[in-house]
Amino acid sequence: MTSSKQALAHPASSAEAAPGTPPGAARGAHGGGAPAGADSWRSRLYRWDMKASPYAFVAPFFVLFGAFSLVPLLYTAWYSLHDVQLSALDHQTWAGLDNYKNLFSSEFFWNALENTFTIGLLSTVPQLVAALWLSHLLNYKLRGSTVWRVVMLTPYATSVAAATLVFTLLYSWDGGMVNWVLHFFGVDAINWRESDWGSQFAVSTIVIWRWTGYNALIYLAAMQAIPVDLYESAALDGASRWQQFRHVTIPQLRPTILFTVVVSTIGATQLFGEPLLFGGVSGSKGGSEHQYQTLGLYMYDQGWIIGNLGKASAIAWSMFLILLIVAAVNLLLTRRLRKSQ
Amino acid sequence: MRTSIRRSQRLMAFTAVAALATGLLAGCANDSDDGSSNNSDGGNGKGDITLTVGTFGVFGYKQAGLYDEYMKLHPDINIKENVTTRTDVYWPKVLTRLQAGSGTDDIQAIEVGNITEAVQTQADKFVDLGKEVDKSQWLDWKLAQATTKDGKTIGLGTDVGPMAICYRKDLFKKAGLETDRTKLAEQWKGDWSKYVDVGKQYMKKAPKGTKFVDSASSVYNASLGGADQRYYDKDGNVVWDKSSGVKSSWNVAMSVATSNMSAKLKQFDKPWDQGFANGTFATVACPAWMIGYIEQKSGDSGKGNWDVAAAPTAANWGGSFIGVPTAGKHQKEAIALAKWLTAPEQQAKVFAKQASFPSTPSAYPNLKPAADTTAYFSNAPITQIFSDSAKTIPTQYFGIKDQPINTAITDVGILQVEQKGKAPAQGWDAAKNEIKDVLGQ
Repeated sequence: MTSSKQALAHPASSAEAAPGTPPGAARGAHGGGAPAGADSWRSRLYRWDMKASPYAFVAPFFVLFGAFSLVPLLYTAWYSLHDVQLSALDHQTWAGLDNYKNLFSSEFFWNALENTFTIGLLSTVPQLVAALWLSHLLNYKLRGSTVWRVVMLTPYATSVAAATLVFTLLYSWDGGMVNWVLHFFGVDAINWRESDWGSQFAVSTIVIWRWTGYNALIYLAAMQAIPVDLYESAALDGASRWQQFRHVTIPQLRPTILFTVVVSTIGATQLFGEPLLFGGVSGSKGGSEHQYQTLGLYMYDQGWIIGNLGKASAIAWSMFLILLIVAAVNLLLTRRLRKSQ
Repeated sequence: MRTSIRRSQRLMAFTAVAALATGLLAGCANDSDDGSSNNSDGGNGKGDITLTVGTFGVFGYKQAGLYDEYMKLHPDINIKENVTTRTDVYWPKVLTRLQAGSGTDDIQAIEVGNITEAVQTQADKFVDLGKEVDKSQWLDWKLAQATTKDGKTIGLGTDVGPMAICYRKDLFKKAGLETDRTKLAEQWKGDWSKYVDVGKQYMKKAPKGTKFVDSASSVYNASLGGADQRYYDKDGNVVWDKSSGVKSSWNVAMSVATSNMSAKLKQFDKPWDQGFANGTFATVACPAWMIGYIEQKSGDSGKGNWDVAAAPTAANWGGSFIGVPTAGKHQKEAIALAKWLTAPEQQAKVFAKQASFPSTPSAYPNLKPAADTTAYFSNAPITQIFSDSAKTIPTQYFGIKDQPINTAITDVGILQVEQKGKAPAQGWDAAKNEIKDVLGQ
């Protein structure tokens, strides 16, 4: 540290130390260059530059974050403590914690929370298992492997709206393809949209369909980073493919799996587009008994359909806190798993 | 409890709302004004003025070529339409922009379900159009809906939704029912329960795979559209659970939902569209604006098979208004355009193209539906049937939360009975619970 300081303090070497400096500037510094001028404005500027520039470089993100995330977040908190209607934004009545009390005593809120959880579970678990299995298959030597990989990413590239529309038709209770197939197995037509578990299952399949390929590609990338000799030595020891998968692939993938679990959990907590569009015209209700209304839908319904912005803000903040809890649980699990490794 | 009115915080409030909306509202139409500012009020020939018209769904102005025609008449005016397909996305966006005082289009469409909210809470954000036009041109009840208590008219009526019954002649014939439109109308005249009786007859000999009606909710909406009282009384108090109109309409809907005569579809869903294409239901309560929709969705298979008969009671369903926000830059030009677009001649042109029914009675004698529409509906006197209905519709008072309450009844209450087989009392309780949530009780 000291040595570099000294080097900088010397005017001649400072010109060398900063090759980009225009000669004029160097001369200027040199001109003022009595030995006492070691702490000249230029070297001070340079040091300041060293310290401040990184902050300037990262600032754009934080400024945008502040403007479009932090300020609205705080304003939403402010709203959640007021009685605000969408049609009268400048007429706010202080409500204290009434919105939250109202929310926590509302059966619709708990129902939405439960649905978010069950649909999240129904979609995340099969999706990740399927992705793991698919990526394992894709990791074999295949002809035209790029084609398979691209095909797998296609669902992810389709828009939620398009995918959901198709699924809505497949699941329509009268003349939908799913019920048509089921009737060959002697199953009566199921009203997929109005039955409790049926609707949740249907929504989950849309999520699974869209995200499995995406996760599979992440797994595939991680799998390809596993050294081949691990598999070779395992094969020499007489391990079958399945044993190789269990004892080599899975342990090596652990950090990646954790990453996908975290990302999928956050995605599941914010689930919105699929159930909204699946519900059709009054999709924000999530079915006649709110059987697939997620927290996101409930917030949308309260804020934009009904117009109770105060309550909607309270939901938004509750969701935020729930996400924080989810993140904390994930962090704890990650730590524990790392220790056990 | 502290009440505070924070006008200075409008901008910040808007920021927060906008942030809440980010990620929720996908695909907002962009509304860029092309920046060609013209400050000299109405300066003819001093360059282009771009007027934007914000609408939802299909308004038919573009389709009927009205914008092009107006631009030809006024070379200095340029018109751009910003369409948001879904009303439930469109209206919140308009509300926030009105209150922020910026970002509104020069002309903004308002759906009938939102007009009371606009009249009661946003009247100061709209130009009083009543001063600009001859108010007697409009149907009384239509004008009344857009007028405040102190006589300010914030929107000009575009179309109205007078109701009729569209029915499949071919299916009726197979079921051994009367197929003549006047005799049919006679059979159910005056009472929706008589219409249900015809449905019971139909179901006795119904052609395989067909039902009498598309959904119980459509019968409910049709019946409520002709009632004297909806969810609010004249003074704006919620009276939904005491309202006679709601009660009788609910009962009719329940007799449909519990008697296996409904195809159990949800209107404006994809499966409903398929129902039109496959001919799975024989009747649908059709407001005038639905005529074009039926023709489009039923396709060739329905050609000449559909017919139109008068509904049991004169009823209205839907219809819109256009208003001029005071925040607009070109108010004078916008008012002129709004006047022109809603004038009887122009409404007649929209009818000819889109079958949206005019709200100005002087247009009625000269209305001409498109030739292929007439042929499609077995040469039924569509114009006559709808104008008879339009003239006798009672004035209905809508409330601020009329739409969410209606959704609660149709999409929760009725749907639970119709699709989940619950008892009507259970459906009513569920709707009640839902409405409590809507009203924040």
